[in-house]
Amino acid sequence: MNDMRLVERDVEQVTGKIEARGVQVHYGEKHALKDVDVTILDRTVTAFIGPSGCGKSTFLRCLNRMNDTVASARVEGRITLDGQDIHDPRIDPVQLRAKVGMVFQKPNPFPKSIHDNVAYGPRIHGLARGKAELDAIVETSLRKAALWDEVKDRLDAPGTGLSGGQQQRLCIARAIATSPEVLLMDEPCSALDPIATAQVEELIDELRAQFSVVIVTHSMQQAARVSQKTAFFHLGSLVEYGETGQIFTNPRDPRTEAYITGRIG
Amino acid sequence: MSDVTAGAPGAARGQSLLAGSARTRARRAREWRMKAYGIAAIAISLATLFFMLATIVIDGAPAFRQATISFPVTVEAAIVDKAGTRDPAAMGKVTTIGYKRLLSQGFIAALEARGIDREGITDKDLTAMISDDAAARLRDRVLADPALVGQTIEVTAYATGRIDGYLKGRVTRESAARDSNVTPAQLDLADRLMAAGMLSLRFNWGFLTGPDASDLRPEAAGLGVAIIGSLYMMVLVAIFTVPVGVAASIYLEEFAPKNRLTDLIEVNISNLAAVPSIVFGILGLAIFINFMGLPQSSSLVGALVISLMTLPTIIIATRAAIRAVPPSIRDAAMGIGASKMQVVFHHVLPLAMPGIMTGTILGLASALGETAPLLLIGMVAFVTNFPAGPLEGGVMDPATALPVQVYSWASRSDPAFIERSSGAIIVLLVFLVIMNVAAILLRRRFERRW
Repeated sequence: MNDMRLVERDVEQVTGKIEARGVQVHYGEKHALKDVDVTILDRTVTAFIGPSGCGKSTFLRCLNRMNDTVASARVEGRITLDGQDIHDPRIDPVQLRAKVGMVFQKPNPFPKSIHDNVAYGPRIHGLARGKAELDAIVETSLRKAALWDEVKDRLDAPGTGLSGGQQQRLCIARAIATSPEVLLMDEPCSALDPIATAQVEELIDELRAQFSVVIVTHSMQQAARVSQKTAFFHLGSLVEYGETGQIFTNPRDPRTEAYITGRIG
Repeated sequence: MSDVTAGAPGAARGQSLLAGSARTRARRAREWRMKAYGIAAIAISLATLFFMLATIVIDGAPAFRQATISFPVTVEAAIVDKAGTRDPAAMGKVTTIGYKRLLSQGFIAALEARGIDREGITDKDLTAMISDDAAARLRDRVLADPALVGQTIEVTAYATGRIDGYLKGRVTRESAARDSNVTPAQLDLADRLMAAGMLSLRFNWGFLTGPDASDLRPEAAGLGVAIIGSLYMMVLVAIFTVPVGVAASIYLEEFAPKNRLTDLIEVNISNLAAVPSIVFGILGLAIFINFMGLPQSSSLVGALVISLMTLPTIIIATRAAIRAVPPSIRDAAMGIGASKMQVVFHHVLPLAMPGIMTGTILGLASALGETAPLLLIGMVAFVTNFPAGPLEGGVMDPATALPVQVYSWASRSDPAFIERSSGAIIVLLVFLVIMNVAAILLRRRFERRW
């Protein structure tokens, strides 16, 4: 860890994007998430780390209300996006998810062409007027996802025919095609090899210029490499949340220290 | 394995790998036995299937060929058109009896012309070798084209079922001696007619296109009405069940809350699939015919009853297909902000389509073979009139269906009908094979990997 860069990161002035206050999640009888308070900053990469089953993915799924689709899940507490309560009955989760995009653990392109995979979001949200504009969105999204050069000659090929790393970048392109404000990534590199992982991490760093990125990861090295803020979850509680450099070099909580030094988890 | 080696560590150690241990040999023997059972089971099923198909084909194939007698007939105006008007309305008053006389005269004249010895067979017995059906056909032909009156035309008439049976080996001289419908002398004459080229076995289009015929003329019985009835029913069943079945499945699988009511509905759908078909027949009789007053024996009522039976099958197959769509695809679409409807119609349904189609076609195929409920709503009736075209309300006309036709022919006394019954089974099986092949092709065509 380069100390110079850690200091550099503090200089950037950022505002809060998502505020979570007292978030509790129950899956049936199981109390999966206990009283989580987090402020996720705009134009920042926030990493959620913690052992398996600690609730980090659950919390991530609260942020775009994907837990609504799980019949047994019950979410309490207040989560705001730009000051608006995302659980407000007037808010359509469909619109929320257009603003808060998500990339999943396993690459899950639609069984359609590469072009249609990326164009799907803009199409259903009516973001493009005409084919030319749609093609432009597809191109910029694929460029941002660092996939354009590899697929520009075969946009009509099925997205499922790409390699694992390419598929994941395609999913990222698909997620950013709707110009979200927040991008949630649930262990986006767990199914990728180190080269593809490096590409995705580079991409995450570039995306920070426009989006607020929240990434769940099992790899502490990855969290240290890509994030500015890190939250450590353990047994459903948020144990510690702070600057990435501080979490990894000088954790305040003994549990955080135990986890990052490999004694728990 | 560790506990075994722990018990006798020395025994396993010293042994050569080349000599199999008793344990390994026993395991191999078990494996071999298991495989043998499987192969035996498959062999038995294949043998049964082969035996069944062979029996049906051997019994039924002759139904597609029919003994026909060809000879010239002079259509005498004195018999068919006494008034001489050539007006079909006036000529219609002459019944088939008149035409039968024409045929009889023509046949006897042809025998004399060719010098074929009658060997003392009476005129009546000679005429009896020609199917009663021939007179009706000749009458239809002349009424359709009055210009034929006065001319000599070539007539190809069905031979009676017994002569037909003789040509196919079903009737022998021994059986003819005991049969009041045919004499050995007639069979001898049949041999001479064959030699003269007047009598021959031809491919029998009438079997596929003609209507059913009475017990007295099995040679004229055809599957036309049954095929049309089955076709009408299949189309109607598809129209009734596919939208309802798919809509119900989508609702239950994607939208319905999981509670006691939906659990109850689910259990009942599975139960409905197991209800004996005859019960649906009673239900159809009570509701569609007695209560709603729809016409008996019509393909519409048949289709409604069969729809009720097929729906659970289609719903179960469709739900399984929808459930088989990976949840990651749903998540992906939801994550981009697709609404529930968009997720279902843009992603889930296209991916489930091959499964839905396969299930639907297989459901329809089993419906095609359904007999019991149709018996109860009167589709077993003796129907000789073709139903009207689909646009002219033909679905309300009396019709019968292929499996019902099989049943009804199988229960008639004349052995010629048994042959036709097997022939009808072949036709039914061909339809089923076509539908199954269609299901396989559709699945291949629409199958995509993800």
